[in-house]
Amino acid sequence: MAFFLAQILNGLANASALFLVASGLSLIFGVTRVVNFAHGSFYMLGAFIGVTLMEMLPGHVGFWGAILLTGLAVGLIGAIVEMIVLRPIYRAPELFQLVATFGVILVIQDLALMIWGAADRMGPRAPGLRGVVRLWGEPIPKYDLALIAITPLVLLGLWYLITRTRVGILIRAATQDREMVGALGVNQAWLFTGVFALGSALAGLGGALQLPKGGADLLMDFNILGPAFVVVVIGGMGSLPGAFLAAILISVLGVFGVTYLPQSTLVLMFVVMAIVLIVRPYGLLGREEVAGEHGQVGRPEPPIRPYGQTARLVVMALVGALLLLPLVAETFVQILVIDIVIFALFAASLHFILGSGGLVSFGHAAFFGGGAYAAALLVRHASAPMEVAFLLAPLLAGVLALGIGWFCIRLSGVYFAMLTLAFSQLVWSVAFQWRSVTGGDDGMISIWPAAWLSDTTSYYYFTLLFGIGGILLLRHAIHAPFGYALRAGRDSPRQAEAMGIDVKRIQLAAFTLAGAMAGLAGGLFVFAKGSVFPTELEIARSFDALIVVFLGGVKTLAGGVVGATFLTGVEDWLSRLQYWRLLLGLLIIGVVIVAPEGIVGAVRGAWMRWRGSAPGLKSKGGAAT
Amino acid sequence: MTEILRVERLVKSYDGFLAVNGVSFSVAEGELKALIGPNGAGKTTCFNMLMGQIRPTSGDVFLGAERITGMRPRRVWRKGVGRTFQITGTYQTMTVIENVQMALLSHHRRLFDLRSRAWKLFRGEAFEFLRIVGMAEQADRPCSELAYGDLKRLDLAIALTHRPRLLLMDEPTAGMAPSARVELMRLVAEIVAEQGVSVLFTEHDMDVVFAHAHHIMVLNRGELIADGDAAAVRRNPKVQEVYLGGGTLFAAEDANA
Repeated sequence: MAFFLAQILNGLANASALFLVASGLSLIFGVTRVVNFAHGSFYMLGAFIGVTLMEMLPGHVGFWGAILLTGLAVGLIGAIVEMIVLRPIYRAPELFQLVATFGVILVIQDLALMIWGAADRMGPRAPGLRGVVRLWGEPIPKYDLALIAITPLVLLGLWYLITRTRVGILIRAATQDREMVGALGVNQAWLFTGVFALGSALAGLGGALQLPKGGADLLMDFNILGPAFVVVVIGGMGSLPGAFLAAILISVLGVFGVTYLPQSTLVLMFVVMAIVLIVRPYGLLGREEVAGEHGQVGRPEPPIRPYGQTARLVVMALVGALLLLPLVAETFVQILVIDIVIFALFAASLHFILGSGGLVSFGHAAFFGGGAYAAALLVRHASAPMEVAFLLAPLLAGVLALGIGWFCIRLSGVYFAMLTLAFSQLVWSVAFQWRSVTGGDDGMISIWPAAWLSDTTSYYYFTLLFGIGGILLLRHAIHAPFGYALRAGRDSPRQAEAMGIDVKRIQLAAFTLAGAMAGLAGGLFVFAKGSVFPTELEIARSFDALIVVFLGGVKTLAGGVVGATFLTGVEDWLSRLQYWRLLLGLLIIGVVIVAPEGIVGAVRGAWMRWRGSAPGLKSKGGAAT
Repeated sequence: MTEILRVERLVKSYDGFLAVNGVSFSVAEGELKALIGPNGAGKTTCFNMLMGQIRPTSGDVFLGAERITGMRPRRVWRKGVGRTFQITGTYQTMTVIENVQMALLSHHRRLFDLRSRAWKLFRGEAFEFLRIVGMAEQADRPCSELAYGDLKRLDLAIALTHRPRLLLMDEPTAGMAPSARVELMRLVAEIVAEQGVSVLFTEHDMDVVFAHAHHIMVLNRGELIADGDAAAVRRNPKVQEVYLGGGTLFAAEDANA
């Protein structure tokens, strides 16, 4: 019993930092609608800045003063990031901002590496709170008790700020109706900056507060991101008391998970999130999302048309060039093109549901990795010939997508995204922990293609055939009645329903098709590499696809393919440099600011202006973007 | 005359507030019937319960002899009910004609077709519907560029595609210029006469209502207070109370007529 109570206290202490990070994330999302991936980076910055300040400032005043100063410093950094990176792109398509915040993650990672080095830092002990007290005979760190006391105080402070002050009224009003608040004469830009700074400061405080328990390291940003999103979603996006409850729930469950069911730790919180979302689609204390809130903001995309003569010739010339490439190029170029085509197909499959369906999936890697694993498992455990395994990969990935989609399609917007994320984490943890079957984190190796495909050039043509074939199939589907029905359900679900379209069924079918195509890419991948590891199922892989779709342009048809080609090419070139993440991050942020409609969107815009402009201005218009 | 729609003691309660309180009426075949009432009377709620956008708290809706209470909109549509909305929800990223083609694709059950090119299918048929509402010249414009009145006409064309038996029109002329209103309602009246479709519509513009509706129902605070022809509704003291606070404008009009 005593042990049990001590466990609960431990969980409550862990909840402290998690709540601080999650409450900031929740505030930022509630007001600005930005899904801030970089929030974990602010948490990490808080930890490193906190360590540095604590080393400089002595004693009690120094320790607590350092924590407060850290909050201020990270808040300031947040404000600067918001002004430089986010302010120019609030008018961009919904969720486009997350690409920019992804760029911020990369930049902060390398900056932290430059400034503080790669070594982990031990956090200093809090003066006066070293050692333990004995409660029910169990040793409880004094600092844990301090954290347990601080968290409700922070909640109380935030509650006072939100419900009792003028700023709080504005924040709440903006959470419910941004445009109205703007119409009432409130300077939205500064409100957004202020909220972003406040949210970042909370993350920074969280990072500094947990120092005596956890220290500082360069993996903190991604490690906190998952739990923080889970907490925000379980609590209900935008609800602070919800985030508080959920932080406690997740932390306490986490502590018990470690004790009683160690293999559950990686996935426990995602299971909880999936259950909560299935039972309560808007989280514990969240409100129902207003229809259209997550619709496409900004200019509606122009009506789609299959490519005209010119564009078709360009595409055919490109394909022709790819076909001739092995005659001139060395093996490593062929391998690079194989990588690009596989990634392009994966991105195109996500783009299909995201662009035409308006379904933002955060867990698409489940089907890419799922296809790869399906093929590898068939080869390893059923001794299936490569050809059979390869053909079954998209099929099995499709079945997986059908099952996962059945749960997810009922939700919409960010909640849909989060449930797909939860399911993809489930799939990942199965691959990671079922060692006897999947090999765990050692993955599965020596999964090679059949003899007739064993040399690189043969596999190159094989990849071209299925990769480009898959991409063309998806494009064809977009122009087919099915694709139109999918877009109808995205543009106006009410109207679609009132003309006999079963929107959810169409969406589920599209989700399944996209899953199958991602699985096809996975099948190509596993035989190209000869191996598969759980990393192919990770959140990071899902985000890769998401990033390139937005980078290429959501409201265009070629966006996924172009974005994937661009990023793979650039990465291949940049990753030879030492601080390549910094450069890649800056490049992503640059593209996002210069071309808020994505690369293809910007090129299309330039092309339209060029054709529409007076002859004398032609060259100028063409060079504008 | 046979009934196409019969509504029995329809009730919608929101936490005890009765938005629609025991409404019963029917629409005859080939009839153009108006449902009027002040803002907040429950007209749109009523409409939403007829087609299934909202599930009624109690009461029944019959289409012909079939009970359709609480049926999903898409199923009610398949049974031959068309609908236009107070605020149009046309597909912004499609052209005008593609909006009509979409409805035809659904009507011809081609939604899961992965092979054809959607924009080539039923184009001629869609063009005919656009011609009926006078939108043929704008067929290939992006829907997002249309003027509001044109969106309303497009909405009507879409609602006609599956040759409905009953058309529900929620404020078909709201937000349109007065001349355009008269024109649109004349068009609707023509369609009723030619195709034998029944129409139930809500409207704020009394000129439109009294000029075209065969019968008029008046809804106030969720209750039906009148149901009859134009003259009877004008004379109804309850209606005068609601619209004029007991004034005599209708009476004066009657005297003039």
